[in-house]
Amino acid sequence: MLERIYKAQHSIDAACERLGRQINIMEVCGTHTVTIFRNGIKSILPRKMKLLSGPGCPVCVTDQSYIDAVLELADHDDCLIATYGDMVRVPGKGGSLETKRTTANVRVVLSSEDALQLAKDNPQKNVVFVAVGFETTAPATAVAVKEAAEQGINNFFVLSGHKLVVPAMRALLSQINHNIDGFLCPGHVSAIIGYGAFAEIVEDFARPCVVAGFEPVQIIEGLAEICQQISSGEAKVKSVYAAVVTEQGNIAAQKMIAEFFQPADGCWRGLGKIGKSTLKLKDKYSRFDAFKQFAITETPGGDTTGCRCGEVLCGLIDPPQCRLFQRDCTPQTPVGPCMVSSEGACAAWFKYGQQRDERCQ
Amino acid sequence: MPVTKYDRILLAHGGGGQLTDELIRQHILPRFKNDVLAQLGDSAKLNLASNSICFTTDSYVVKPLFFSGGDIGKLAVCGTINDLAVAGSRPVALALSLIIEEGFEFDLLEKILASVAEQARQNKVDVVTGDIKTVEAGAADQIFINTAGIGIRLPGVDLGFDKIAVGDKIIINGTIGDHGMTIICQREDIKFQSNLKSDCAGLADLTCQLLAPVSSVEDRNVGSGIKFMRDPTRGGLAATLNEIVKATGLSIEISQADIPVAPAAQAAADMLGFDVLNIANEGKFVAIVSPESADKCLNVCKNHQLGKKAKIIGQVCQSRDLPTVEMLTKIGGRRIVQMPYGRELPRIC
Repeated sequence: MLERIYKAQHSIDAACERLGRQINIMEVCGTHTVTIFRNGIKSILPRKMKLLSGPGCPVCVTDQSYIDAVLELADHDDCLIATYGDMVRVPGKGGSLETKRTTANVRVVLSSEDALQLAKDNPQKNVVFVAVGFETTAPATAVAVKEAAEQGINNFFVLSGHKLVVPAMRALLSQINHNIDGFLCPGHVSAIIGYGAFAEIVEDFARPCVVAGFEPVQIIEGLAEICQQISSGEAKVKSVYAAVVTEQGNIAAQKMIAEFFQPADGCWRGLGKIGKSTLKLKDKYSRFDAFKQFAITETPGGDTTGCRCGEVLCGLIDPPQCRLFQRDCTPQTPVGPCMVSSEGACAAWFKYGQQRDERCQ
Repeated sequence: MPVTKYDRILLAHGGGGQLTDELIRQHILPRFKNDVLAQLGDSAKLNLASNSICFTTDSYVVKPLFFSGGDIGKLAVCGTINDLAVAGSRPVALALSLIIEEGFEFDLLEKILASVAEQARQNKVDVVTGDIKTVEAGAADQIFINTAGIGIRLPGVDLGFDKIAVGDKIIINGTIGDHGMTIICQREDIKFQSNLKSDCAGLADLTCQLLAPVSSVEDRNVGSGIKFMRDPTRGGLAATLNEIVKATGLSIEISQADIPVAPAAQAAADMLGFDVLNIANEGKFVAIVSPESADKCLNVCKNHQLGKKAKIIGQVCQSRDLPTVEMLTKIGGRRIVQMPYGRELPRIC
């Protein structure tokens, strides 16, 4: 393994040397962010190479209005909120799901199946599944809705916060951050949508898009591939995660998404409203749609004062540049979602970040 | 086996009357045969070999009650024994208090008591006093156990943060994360086709060997070279190492490649997104030892059943600015190891 790492390192060094300027590469996957920090990958890269953590953490990109809607639902005594663990601590109006008085109405689940089971076990409650995540988790949500429909379960609802990766990358490049030289594309999402889905980024914006797996060596090899493309003036789609990711992706999972969801305009933290970037349940399944059944409207904006999570996940600033970081905002006292989620950039900087002298630069 | 006409615990079993008496005489006393307990006094009267003792207490609320590699009873004995052991003492006596939810199955109670007795026997401690309370259904989750323990301090052994110095080596007696990952996977009903198993074990025999070796000349400085010990339970290795840098003002450098992790625990942690450094252990100690005695300590560990996979995982170093735990990663990178937030795993001990 070390030999492969040295080889990739050498290739990165050479590319940076040839270019003679800073290279900015964004990883668009929370799991990549964690792997990069947990393994100290930044510390073995040349200083001219900058890694930006992009909008790849599902909890982080979820707009504040969605969080507030979940908190409000948790106040209904007839509701049971089924949520992935990370969402529990995201602060919103009047606290978080963890600190609210009504924590008895909140259950942490590991899958959409668990949420559906909760509905079966609690027929007297309206179970609302807090469905966040990208194309990775959306098929599982679709399966739960399918089963609920087939089995006639009427107390299961989905509050879809599902998001699509490619529209966010387009929005970033066209409106928000022009300094991104290339993307390290997410392994899990790509397994579903296929690496071919990134071709439009390469065609329209001429930025390399390289899909990598989650081993440190796979990430470093992905970065080396991006560097090589940039230094030779190329932009291609490539997967260095060949064992898992194909060009077409998982057709069956894509069909599940297409059958139950339709793309809709939606709000992202930091990126604002992006056209056709979220997944809403199709009208055919509106009886499972928590937005419709509980008459919830999302009004964008309203982020916590001073919190710069939005800029962090657009790669515009590093977490230490936020004045709340490490002072008012820590994993114990999170102000924004990027400090809450284990995949959040702020949490990763805090937990695994470099020595203090580097942090304060 | 004692016969009882009750299948389940009633509130009256903790009421101090006839049912309590039956419970004690039929189910408790026969399991923990010792003269002190047999007196059933309000307090245990102990004649200790020394008046220099360690004294500790811990409560156990683990869920599930039975897990691969142990159960709440084994945990309640080993956990308290380990707290005494790493403080430099030989555990001799335990107090056992049970808080039982009304309706708890007698069979399960029997299994737990059998486990307590077996661990006490293996670790050569007596359960000398105890208490039973029952609470209404819903007021507790099946059974909670508190144990308190007394250990006789080993002569000449004086461990403490103040003894730790730059250059000292850090030893761990085996793989990390096994207990925590076992519990979380069993709790969440995640079925790995693997041999994930809690490391729950009483460490006193090994720590006593390390701290008070046979008095042959060449081994004498093994004991004297140990500066500090702690069992990395909740918060895992990361919490223990951070407690050390916080208390000493020194820094610690560890090498990821040297930290023993069982493949099953690593796979489970990776799958759930946990950092195995933050995961609880119940049969491990971290020892800070002088560089001269490190290899000898390691050998003592390796010759013991509970230390076969022991490793030197790092050393104490001067702080550059703030006291930090830093890890050299397997790929040659560096990162800091923070004090974990503490909510990654619910109720693991």
